Amino acid sequence: MTQEEALKFIDDTVKKNSIVVFMKGTPDFPMCGFSGKVVQILNGLGAKFTGVDVLSDELLRNGIKLYTKWPTIPQVFIKGEFIGGCDITTEMAQSGELKELLDKNPS
Amino acid sequence: MLSVEQIAELIRAQLPDSEVYLRDLTGGGDHFEAFVISDSFEGKTRMQQHKLVMDALSELLKGPLHALTIKTYTQQSWKRSQEAQ
Repeated sequence: MTQEEALKFIDDTVKKNSIVVFMKGTPDFPMCGFSGKVVQILNGLGAKFTGVDVLSDELLRNGIKLYTKWPTIPQVFIKGEFIGGCDITTEMAQSGELKELLDKNPS
Repeated sequence: MLSVEQIAELIRAQLPDSEVYLRDLTGGGDHFEAFVISDSFEGKTRMQQHKLVMDALSELLKGPLHALTIKTYTQQSWKRSQEAQ
């Protein structure tokens, strides 16, 4: 895969899946606390999501940071839109905004 | 290994009116928590606010800074959060 192909894969993935989390590890085995926290939050809200393990491919890891111009992992997308990382997801969960957003965009 | 002073300086260079409180989360100089208080955050989305802080630290994030937890406030929301405790 080239960097360009990785970017296309990222674009396709976020457009074809309702909720996507670019993370370290998998939803069943997160490899970092921040990625794990996002998984926990989404599971807690009963959300069905796709996890993409950026540790599986350096081009993916680089690619997602290029795609959003956001330097850290995890990165959460809902209906193709970049919502934020662990901090923003946590704040939105606490305020009820995340549940609202998920209700408006059912998977 | 990074120091809180290095990181705070970079944030203040980007946001000159800001108050910055930093915590080294692991003691290892590569995972930090930043509380950034600035009225320039007024009217901006969370993502825009966090992006400003990320941009200030973009070079470090490419290298020695592995993880950054960001909490942003305006002067008013900071005061409210302190009073709530």
